[in-house]
Parts: sequence; C-alpha cells; structure tokens
Amino acid sequence: MMSTLEMIDQQVHPAVGEWELPAFVEESAMPSREGDRVIQYREALREAMSEEMRRDQRVFLIGEEVAQYNGAYKVSQGMLEEFGEKRIIDSPISESGFAGMCIGAAMYGLRPIVEFMSWSFSLVAADPILNNAPKMLYMSGGQWGCPIVFRGNDGAGGQLGSTHSWCVEALFANVPGLKMAIPSNPYDAKGLLKTAIRDPDPVFFLESERMLGDKAHVPEEEYYVPFGRARVCREGDAVTLVSFGRPVQFCMEAAGQLAGEGIECEVLDMRTIRPLDIDSVIESVRKTGRVVVVDQSWPFAGISSEVITQVCERGFDWLDHQPVRVNAADVPTPYAKELESAYLPNTERIVAAVKKTVG
Amino acid sequence: MTAMVKTRGGAGAGLSAGLSDDVVIGWLRDMVLIREFELRTMSAYQQAKIGGFCHIYIGQEAAVVGTFGAVEHDDPVVTAYRDHGHALARGMSPDVCMAEMFGKITGCAKGKGGSMHMFDRPNWLFGGHGIVGAQTPMGAGLAFGARYEWEVMGRGKKKVCLCYLGDGALNQGALHEAMNMAGILSIPVIYIVENNGYSMGTAIDRGTTMADKLWKKAEAYGIEHRTIDGFDVCSLYDEFRPFVDVLRDEQRPGFVDLKTYRYQGHSMSDPQKYRTKEEVAGHQEKDCLDRHAHHLMSERGCLSEDAFKEMQKDAKEQVKEAVAFAEGSAAPTVEGELYSDVYANPQKNLSPVRDYAHGTKNPLQ
Ligand SMILES: Cc1ncc(C[n+]2csc(CCOP(=O)(O)OP(=O)(O)O)c2C)c(N)n1
Ligand SMILES: [Mg+2]
Repeated sequence: MMSTLEMIDQQVHPAVGEWELPAFVEESAMPSREGDRVIQYREALREAMSEEMRRDQRVFLIGEEVAQYNGAYKVSQGMLEEFGEKRIIDSPISESGFAGMCIGAAMYGLRPIVEFMSWSFSLVAADPILNNAPKMLYMSGGQWGCPIVFRGNDGAGGQLGSTHSWCVEALFANVPGLKMAIPSNPYDAKGLLKTAIRDPDPVFFLESERMLGDKAHVPEEEYYVPFGRARVCREGDAVTLVSFGRPVQFCMEAAGQLAGEGIECEVLDMRTIRPLDIDSVIESVRKTGRVVVVDQSWPFAGISSEVITQVCERGFDWLDHQPVRVNAADVPTPYAKELESAYLPNTERIVAAVKKTVG
Repeated sequence: MTAMVKTRGGAGAGLSAGLSDDVVIGWLRDMVLIREFELRTMSAYQQAKIGGFCHIYIGQEAAVVGTFGAVEHDDPVVTAYRDHGHALARGMSPDVCMAEMFGKITGCAKGKGGSMHMFDRPNWLFGGHGIVGAQTPMGAGLAFGARYEWEVMGRGKKKVCLCYLGDGALNQGALHEAMNMAGILSIPVIYIVENNGYSMGTAIDRGTTMADKLWKKAEAYGIEHRTIDGFDVCSLYDEFRPFVDVLRDEQRPGFVDLKTYRYQGHSMSDPQKYRTKEEVAGHQEKDCLDRHAHHLMSERGCLSEDAFKEMQKDAKEQVKEAVAFAEGSAAPTVEGELYSDVYANPQKNLSPVRDYAHGTKNPLQ
C-alpha cells in the first residue's frame, strides 16, 4: 500500500508546460574532464545556451547588451547571428521590468534565460525574482510554475567597490522555491547551465567575472551535470574543505600547499547550493572528523552557517574539532587592492583555518 | 463573440447594439453575480470566515465585464489584488473562489493564495497579485509569450494580454519599465488602469501627477491610449472593442484610463475618513449595474423586470451555495499541502528540514 504522500507524489505538474529532464549518469560515467578541447568558461556558458536553444525553440536569451554588443562580457558572442533578434534580445536597463516580463513569459510557456550583467544589479529586481518567480507555483496552488534561469556575474569582480561586488548566494538562497547553481570551472559551468535550462523550476545561476576567462577541457559530446551532487576535487583524510564557486580554486591551492606539509585535505565543490549535497559532506566528515567551509559571501547568516548547521545536525558525533568557516570580511567590499584581497577568502586564510583544526 | 467589425469606434458607434441580446444580458448577469458575491464576501469576512486582507469590487463591475467582453477566452489576463470580479467574470466558479478565501482545499489555489491571489488556468487568469504594480511587467511577459509563440514557434495566434492595475500602481517603477519595454519591443499588452480615484486613502491628485491626463504617461512611451468612462458597460465596450481589435491586429501595446469608482472602503478595514458620504452617493447614482439594467429593460427592451428579478434571485442563490460549499469543504492538510507545490521538480536536499512533494491535484485542473 502506498502512503498518501507517495500517492500525491505520483502526480505530474501541468504547471510548467512540457518538460523532461535529461538522463543523468553517475560521476564515473561522465565524459572525461581531461582532454585538449580547451575553452574558456564564457564559451562553455555560450555552448550550453546555444545547444539548448537549438534543442528547444521556447528558450530565448534576454539582457542588457546581449545581442548587438555580443554581451557585456562576451558570453553571448555570436548568438545573435545564429538565433536572430527575436530570440537574442537586447533589453533596456530595466532589471525589474525584464525580469518581471520574463516571469510572465515563463508562465505563458516559454523558457527564458535572463542575463544580469551582474547579480549586483539584480537587487533592483528583488520583487520579481524573489517575490514572484519562486512563489508562483505555491501561490497558484500548483497551477503555474516558473521555468526560468537568471544568470550573471556574482562576487567581487576586481576593484569594483561595494555596489558592484555582491555575493547574492546567502541572501537569495534563503527563499524556498528557487534553485541555485554556482560552478567553479568551465566543465561544470556548461553541464550545470544545460541542466538549469532543462529544469522546470526557477534557477539562480551564479557565475563570476573573475572566472570567465578560465580555460579547461570541455568535452565535445553532450553532458548534463545534475543538481545536488557535489564533486570531490581532491581526496584526503585530514580535513574536509567545503566550498562552491570561485573559492574552490583557492581551496585547491591551499590543499596543494598543505599536502607539502603532510596535511591531506579532501576538497568538495558543492556545485549547487540549493539543493545542497549535504550527504557527500557528511560522508567526507565521517572520514576526516574536521570541516572548514569556505564561502565568498558574508559570514552572518550565510551559506557557511547553513552548511555548518547541517553538519552539526547530521554529523555531530563524527566531529573531532568544531567546524570552522572562512568568509569574506564582514564589511562592505573595499576598493583598494590591498584591502580587497584581504577581504576575500584567499589561500592564506584557508591554510590558516585548516591548521587551526588540525593543530 | 461578434464578428470582427472594423470601425473607428468611439461613443455612438454603438458596436454593442449589434451584439445579440444573450451577450448583453450575460454582461448584466455577470455584474449581478459579482455584486452579490461581494456582499456575501463582506459578511463572511465580518464573521471571520475569511482572513487577511480583502478588497471588494462593488461599483467597478462594468470595468471588468465590458473589457472582458471585447477579448477572447484564451487571451491572457492578469490583475492586482482586487481580483474577485476578474475571477468570476473570467468564469471561475463562485464556489472555488469563495473556498479560496475560506482557505479550503477546494479553492483555486487550494487555500494557499487567499483573496488577493486568484489564479485560474483553464480561464487564462494568471493571478491576482498582491504587490502593487508587480503584475505589470508580468502582463508584458504574457503578451510577449503569446507573440513569440506565433512569431518564432509558428503556432498559436495573435493575442492581446489584458493587464489590470489600480491608479495607485501608476506610481510604481515596474509599470514604467514595463511600458517602455512594451513600447520598444511592440508587445501586445493592454494596460487597463481601473481608475477609482483613490489608492487606499490617497486621492489620485495627491499622489499622481497629471491626474486628469493619465494618458500622457502612455504617450511618454509611445503607447496608444484611450480614456474611457467605466460606468456604462455598453459605451465602454463600444470604445474598447475597436481599440483591442487594432492592437491585436498590429501587435502593439495600449493603455486605457478607465474611470470607475469603488463604493466600499479600500479593504475591509477602512473607516473612509478621506471622502464624504455625499461623494460616494453621487457615484452610486450612476451605478453601472442599475444603468445597464435600465438600458436593457427600458431602452433596448430585451429584458423584462421579472427576468431581471429572477436573475438577481439566481445570483443570490448561487453565492449562498458558494458559501455553503466553502464552509463544507475541508482545510488543506498539513501533510499533503504545506510542503507541496514549492518545486515542480522537488529534488532531495532542497531543504534542510524535509523533502518537498507534489500536492494534490488542483480543483481547476
Ligand atoms: C509595493 C506595495 N506597496 C504598498 C502596498 C500596500 N497597498 C495595497 S493596495 C494599496 C493601494 C493601491 O491602490 P490602487 O492601485 O489605486 O488600487 P485600488 O485599491 O484602488 O484597486 C497599497 C498602498 C502593496 N500591496 N504593495
Ligand atoms: Mg485605486
């Protein structure tokens, strides 16, 4: 006999029009991350969007300067030529207006990709992206969902000062109804963005201006990276380093340094924040007994607080040291080079945090 | 629906005179139903059967009925929180509408939305939105979606979206961003300002520039506009219908300053210190419902007084049943509904406390 909840769960939502998730495979069955088809992070994003736009006519891209200018950061370069101005749309500088408009279009049955030049500018669109998109399905009692991707640069760009350096993950991930992905490399950027476009729920996709030029092998063949599955980037048994987005790179650097001193860190790239693959974190903590969370947003009520709370709730008995977090400094983002680099979670601070837990 | 008549429109063109009696009598029936429904809503609210904020539509019935009369059933519609009239006139059953306000599983949003958030998928009503102005970019998006469907995907047909807003929403930035985009991208959304002269206690000229020339706001965005009297449903239709037809055909936006008036307070908790009883009475003298009833009975002569009385009796009966239906319905269960309809694709680990699920089927599906 099925329980009521299981029976309810069998029902398919008509709320988001037709949708079908791609077939996801185990990490070990994914195409190789090694190879010589080396492209930039921005090109990986472009490939993801273009492939999905070829597959599904409902998908379109809108944002400031995405069409004729080829993208403020050249992510959408050449897409206007391939898809035309009806599907690659230059919008006026009206974040609230075009985000809200695309929510209507998503409810109508389309699959919008909304590019924010920077997530910092999405704050003027707070009402549509937080009050409408993630709540539509619930508020309409399951009648209309909102299959939409909001994407753009997140985090400190490079001496842009406080207004332009927002890390929105902590602020926005607080809202139920949305999903959030934050890739740290070109391979995952492509695979996660393709999944985001296929997913029937609103996805907040956080890129980084500082990573757009990063290069890595991205396979020719099609692949999708599932949400809610962290990647073990480096194995170790001394400390679990949990991170997401750009700071994963700093964690890898730190782990390399620490290995030279005989401290083997296990580095986990969460890849999505909501869903959060806490199972993989706990599995690792069972082995290491120590956890350091590296989070580029502010410490107060941040993602690191959430990860640590969940570790305590689910893996308290495995801990040999209290959890430690490394965040951006708890101040508005400064301009001066020296201040900005001290503000960000960097390799040095991660090394120090790890040593604290093993010391 | 009448055949498409290409005229310049305007008062006196009398398009409504060419409609069948059934259609214009149907309008009166809708208006009577909305009024009776709202009277019942008020008493249910006073008995604390309905919670939260609740905004009554009485006085404005012709606005929604006359404009809906000019569009197709599958043209998308979106509105603000004063939305019971829109829901009923679009065809939502009074039972389902009342049940939503009572917070029952049989409501249009299974009791998860309430008075301000009426959604009806089969009737192309995309909400009921509680944040002033929030629906205005969305309306542009619904029209954008419809246009994209036939233009890019080569299916569907030319549609317009009716996006209703209060006069207070004229001062929300979202509307101005949306109008600019509708202008630039030539999106067939029609902004209908249900101008009842007040946003809560603020008379329009205290909060809005050019209050007697609202069309200037549309002009700033290159959007064609009309200023229409919303007290006479026939003349409203006569002016609105040709406007809609052209906008649909040419696929571009429109703006209507639709003059109307609400008789009740802003919401159920409004002592109405900002206006006089005389002012309200003055408007009630040109009541849209009385006026249309009079027109049908005395001028057009297609409705007998008995038939009108019968119509009122039916409506009373219908809304009484709606209350009984709502009262007799079950509340949504915590197990089935609290954690459902949050995600269309509820995955593991989306929440630290428990997994999400799909909810029970919506009553309107
Ligand atoms: C963004 C926002 N600010 C304030 C409110 C509170 N509020 C609800 S209705 C209202 C007045 C709006 O008046 P109007 O747009 O003329 O619509 P009407 O009530 O007359 O139908 C206000 C201020 C709100 N819901 N949303
Ligand atoms: Mg008003």
